[in-house]
Amino acid sequence: MTVPLGGSGPVLSARDLGYSVGGDTVLLAGVDVSVRAGEVTGVLGPNGAGKSTLLRLLVGALRPQRGMVQLAGVDASSLTRRQRAQRVAFVAQDSPAEVSMDVLDVVLLGRTPHLGAFGSDSETDVALALQCLRRTGADHLARRDIATLSGGERQRVHLARALAQEPEVLILDEPTNHLDVAAQLHVLDLIASVASGGTGVLVAMHDLDQAARTCDQVLVLNGGDPAAAGVPDEVLTRELITAVWGVDAEWVPSRQGRTLVLSPLRPTMV
Amino acid sequence: MSTALAPRKAPAAAHAPLPRRRRHGPWLLLGVAALLASAVVATGIGPAGVSSAEILGSAWHHLSGAIPGVDQVANPLSPARDAIVWQGRAPRVLTAALVGAGLALCGVVMQGLTRNPLADPYLLGVSSGSSLGAVAVLLLGLGLWLPVAAFLGALAALAATLALAGFGGRLTPARTILAGIAVAQACSALVSFTIFASTRGDSYREILGWLLGSLARAGWSSVLIAGTALVAIGVGLAASGRSLDAFAFGDTSAASLGVPVTRLRWTLLTLSALLTGAMVAVSGAIGFVGLVVPHIVRLAVTRLHRWLLPLSAVAGAIFLMWADTAARTVFAPMEVPVGVFTAGIGAPVFAWLLLRARGTGGGS
Repeated sequence: MTVPLGGSGPVLSARDLGYSVGGDTVLLAGVDVSVRAGEVTGVLGPNGAGKSTLLRLLVGALRPQRGMVQLAGVDASSLTRRQRAQRVAFVAQDSPAEVSMDVLDVVLLGRTPHLGAFGSDSETDVALALQCLRRTGADHLARRDIATLSGGERQRVHLARALAQEPEVLILDEPTNHLDVAAQLHVLDLIASVASGGTGVLVAMHDLDQAARTCDQVLVLNGGDPAAAGVPDEVLTRELITAVWGVDAEWVPSRQGRTLVLSPLRPTMV
Repeated sequence: MSTALAPRKAPAAAHAPLPRRRRHGPWLLLGVAALLASAVVATGIGPAGVSSAEILGSAWHHLSGAIPGVDQVANPLSPARDAIVWQGRAPRVLTAALVGAGLALCGVVMQGLTRNPLADPYLLGVSSGSSLGAVAVLLLGLGLWLPVAAFLGALAALAATLALAGFGGRLTPARTILAGIAVAQACSALVSFTIFASTRGDSYREILGWLLGSLARAGWSSVLIAGTALVAIGVGLAASGRSLDAFAFGDTSAASLGVPVTRLRWTLLTLSALLTGAMVAVSGAIGFVGLVVPHIVRLAVTRLHRWLLPLSAVAGAIFLMWADTAARTVFAPMEVPVGVFTAGIGAPVFAWLLLRARGTGGGS
């Protein structure tokens, strides 16, 4: 799924990112990450590892206290919020289920960074929104109220909304959370297809096996520190998984090639 | 689910019928027409009945006199009736419309910002602070300073709320609302004590009227105050529609859409508090307009803030105009504070909205 782009640098990169709250609680300490066009980069780590903090820093919802975020080589803090939103889109982990809004209007929110305060959606914007809904297989839902959709359908709508931003980088926070297995695989397929279209994708994930199959690169965080980074096959070793997640891991041959099987460590280890 | 990507700016594919978006423009036109018609009809209602034709004729008489090069037409109204219409009723009807529009706008903004359907313009202690200022000058016999004192009271309460919310912690919406409740309670207690300690007879009645909200004092100066505030601040609030829509799915999502979340939240909170303060200064604290009107418009027309804001302003104007017409005529010659009517209509409507929301399983 990798589209080789000769010689081009990362579309999004961060160096030495740090963030802490209350003076001494370090959420993130010195993390490097880069996202290339056409690639899926996974951010992995146990709960509290700093995945969400990293994503919010990259999106621009938080201001880094240390280090720098660059968009195609340009310091992101030199861009306005609108400029940044024209290039980076974000799909949140749990979008509120009770918000009532027409699906098409939700997707059109993605046009916000491209319009002014009183700017209204043109026919082109509507056509683009519908096209994004088609890309995520949700165009039949365009006239529905998002509050009436299932979790999987809602996630497709939010993905379409992010695509309507026409971003160079798409950032997703645990997009398969709370979804049934089929919906999870659909969303992962979509993510891969978005990347193959030339967009750089960064996705925080919990399922290591899914991550290994979906991502071109992974970054493993542990307690706010970078634990490892690189190609999934080389990074997700039995030793690293035991050290970071405290579970036993084994790669076993399967019809998909190989599958990661996790099991709790023996009680004697606890 | 095709994995091949079509060119991004391609027109909508011909095979899928293009879903039509709901049109909201006609609703706004309809609302404005109803607003204008209501204004004329409501001005005619009262002990001395005046027909709509007479009001329009008299309006043209005054207007034609002011336009150079146009011959002034005769006034269909006698001088006495002309004074009733133009010195008494018209400014009062207009003030009601402006205050109703302002309160409804503030209601939409507060509900959108806090993602709390029960938020209303008086959330941050603004009305109680304003009442305290008003009661203080009424008791000191400085009635002419009432709008100024009410406005200053509103600002002081807002400042106290923000200071309390920010003291020793981060300013979050939840902390701000709790601080607002504390300030409101403190101001109410002071108002009650002041009234209890020092009021008798007429001033008691006047203060009670103020606390319940009343447009009985409204004149052209109220139109000027409310109108200036509505134009100056309301336009800014109305421009925030798209950002408020983006707010619906959380702060991080809003930020990722280019909305300056923190700055926008404080700007809008402050602007709505200022607008509320100006409205309370001319009319006292009229309840339920900012709470109920946005819900009715959401239910009837749209939840999109871009349209919800202007439509609620128009609906709030019509609502308060008629509530005030009822307040001054239903028990004539006795005048009932308009707040009694807005609550009398608003509370049952709100209860109905609640039951309906539960029935359909959807939140408000």
